[in-house]
Amino acid sequence: MIRVFLPSQLDDYTQGKRELTMATEREDLCLADVIAELERRHRGLAFRVVDEHGNIRRHIAMFIGEQMVRDLAAPVAPNARVQIVGALSGG
Amino acid sequence: MSRQQLLVGTRKGAWIIDSNADRSAWKINGPQHLGAVVSHFVADTRDPAVRLMSVGSGHLGPSIFISNDAGTSWREASSPPAFSVEPNGAARSVDHVFWLSQGHQSEPNVWYAGTSPQGLFKSVDGGGTWQEVLGFNHHPDFFEWRGGDKDGTPDGPKLHSIIVDPQNKKHLLIAMSGGGIFESVDAGESWQALNSGVAMDFYPPKEDGTEYEFGHDPHCLIMHPVQSNRLYHQNHCGLYALDRNEGNRWTRIGDNLPKEVGDIGFPIVVHPRDPDTIWVFPMDGSGQWPRTSPDGKPAVYCSHDGGASFSRQDKGFPQEQAWWTVKRQCMAVDQEDSVGVYLGTSNGQLWGSMDGGQSWQVIALDLPQIYSIEVVNIP
Repeated sequence: MIRVFLPSQLDDYTQGKRELTMATEREDLCLADVIAELERRHRGLAFRVVDEHGNIRRHIAMFIGEQMVRDLAAPVAPNARVQIVGALSGG
Repeated sequence: MSRQQLLVGTRKGAWIIDSNADRSAWKINGPQHLGAVVSHFVADTRDPAVRLMSVGSGHLGPSIFISNDAGTSWREASSPPAFSVEPNGAARSVDHVFWLSQGHQSEPNVWYAGTSPQGLFKSVDGGGTWQEVLGFNHHPDFFEWRGGDKDGTPDGPKLHSIIVDPQNKKHLLIAMSGGGIFESVDAGESWQALNSGVAMDFYPPKEDGTEYEFGHDPHCLIMHPVQSNRLYHQNHCGLYALDRNEGNRWTRIGDNLPKEVGDIGFPIVVHPRDPDTIWVFPMDGSGQWPRTSPDGKPAVYCSHDGGASFSRQDKGFPQEQAWWTVKRQCMAVDQEDSVGVYLGTSNGQLWGSMDGGQSWQVIALDLPQIYSIEVVNIP
């Protein structure tokens, strides 16, 4: 089961839910699949964190485990912990 | 007299401010979308219940929200503006939607959006889904027009001032910072530059002595809503007027502003019925370009003769040590007989004048940095 942790900036899309689970036994999933599933559950969310060409937005960070990744092709294991955070920026 | 409603977009959300019948008292309602960067918050003259709002964020990607109940509730565009891969292989990404303009009065549900970086988008379903205006975004000369990413504002190059000619729905004008002014007479299929006569001090002079055709930095372009042959624009390099009946070459009317004030600024508005009456808010564009009120003394300048002469209007404003400025979407006029002029400042103050700029009163003091204001007439 993949556990996904979401930032407060996405509360409007998830009705405040910050943690989601995705049951899977597939070994071939990647981060793009996780984002697609998030979009399926919470329409509009994906475009706010990934741009029109599939790039993670500049002020969004995504982690698989404790590894920050910038590429949606990054593999996600069936028991992975995925976290999306609003990067430290702004003011 | 009618009640007026001000739609205020700020760096930290949106507010709706309502007047009483004689515009002597105002009620601040909000915030909405608190924390979001609202670059533009507009109404629809074709449907009094419709509002559109550009919503950005310090973290998230750009979006557009639509209200069909005058701002009480909102739904998000299902397909916000997004760039396709361009013919030259460039894959730009919309950073924020900077500008929203409704389509022609005869075309309900048509809207246009201007983005950062520069792009032109159209919706034909009331803002729910957006498509690129490919005649513009994929024009073979587009990358030459717009210059590099450094040729823009400190928070990115922008397409703004989208105008649909009230007399001709196929006649569109847009401005780009940077890039200049362009127009189309075939609803966006083809485009021509409209920058003749406009200075471009930030580039070296051309060796052959000719003018640059594009690459300029217009800050705000307006067309008179009744006499659409009359255009004005506030540029990075001066204040200009153009009467299409007399040709296509801009005249620098800013030369008629006091030299110690200069003719640099962001916004310009025109009287709803008199095309010779305009208001501007000059800022300090000297030295380090502080972009503040010149000498810390804010003032509107008004012309009643198409820019041949200007009078200073600062009654009610602080007389010293006030270092704010007014951005390009932050000045607006109402339709009343005694025209109300409104401006929103970089330090979150909203000012109004109910006598055509002769005297000014504070409407709101402590909003976030104001990015846009629009006036809605409430019958």
